[in-house]
Amino acid sequence: MLEFLLSLLVLTGASFAFIGSLGLIRLKDLYTRLHGPTKATTLGVGSLLIASAIYFSTYSEQISLHEFLITIFLFITAPVSAHLLAKAALHLGLPSLAEIPEAEEAGQTEMTGTAQTGATEAFEKNERIGSENASPGEKARPEKSESITKTPGTPDQTRP
Amino acid sequence: MTRLLPHPVLTPVLAFIWLLLNNSIAPGQITLGLIFGWAIPVLTIHFWPDKVSIRRPAVLIRYLMVLFYDIIKANFTVARLILGNTDQLHPVFIKLPLDLTTDLAIGLLANSITLTPGTLWARLSDDHSYLLIHALNETDPDRLIATIKQRYEKPLKEIFESC
Repeated sequence: MLEFLLSLLVLTGASFAFIGSLGLIRLKDLYTRLHGPTKATTLGVGSLLIASAIYFSTYSEQISLHEFLITIFLFITAPVSAHLLAKAALHLGLPSLAEIPEAEEAGQTEMTGTAQTGATEAFEKNERIGSENASPGEKARPEKSESITKTPGTPDQTRP
Repeated sequence: MTRLLPHPVLTPVLAFIWLLLNNSIAPGQITLGLIFGWAIPVLTIHFWPDKVSIRRPAVLIRYLMVLFYDIIKANFTVARLILGNTDQLHPVFIKLPLDLTTDLAIGLLANSITLTPGTLWARLSDDHSYLLIHALNETDPDRLIATIKQRYEKPLKEIFESC
């Protein structure tokens, strides 16, 4: 009886995790794709963890409660990562099936504006550093020239 | 009092998590958990700008149960949408005007929205006046806003901001 319940839980968990992953292929844009992993997976992983807790509580000496902790952390972190992905997508202006509200696009241009200012500053800074030891092609890639300035002794592969 | 025990709610929660981590309720572990539960808030007091106060614990428990039920329902809804004809979906961005003012309450509302049927929290406006929500398949945005306000925002306001 217990084994039947356990296998049911494991099968449910596996199917939901599978459906969540299937969503990544079947759905059309980034925003809709985010729905699959955040939701279908919470119940999927949730029931797998419940199965694990029941199994180890029954078949070993101790009661196993680690799984509930994992569930709690999963429920806290899954929405946060989904939110950060969605927010980054909004800032980058990725194509969406749904119409993005105008205010967000305005906010987004404002954001890109500040991002550009930041980029320009970094660019100028790099130019100052770069005038000593980097070729013009590397100035366009700030993180690259930064690593070069950190290790001036190493030979540079990208230099023509 | 506030210096010695800055977060009365956090202390038992941390102690409980410590016990879960160790999988034991031995007296020594309980003591150690309580010591950590007291020391961590005291040491990290500068990272916690607002004082957390739960005014209506009963409402909080009911809210968590409603949320749990909705999470399970959400999984079935989204699973059906994924397995169904994905060309027929009608995704839409919705602005949800906020009545909540505390950061913690807004955070909890946003998390609840992401965990529940077909909706995803995309952005909080700079002045904290509305949340931008992405709905997977929604033809009636006004009804959705009314549901969220009634089902999640009202209890959260009672729990954290009731006067």
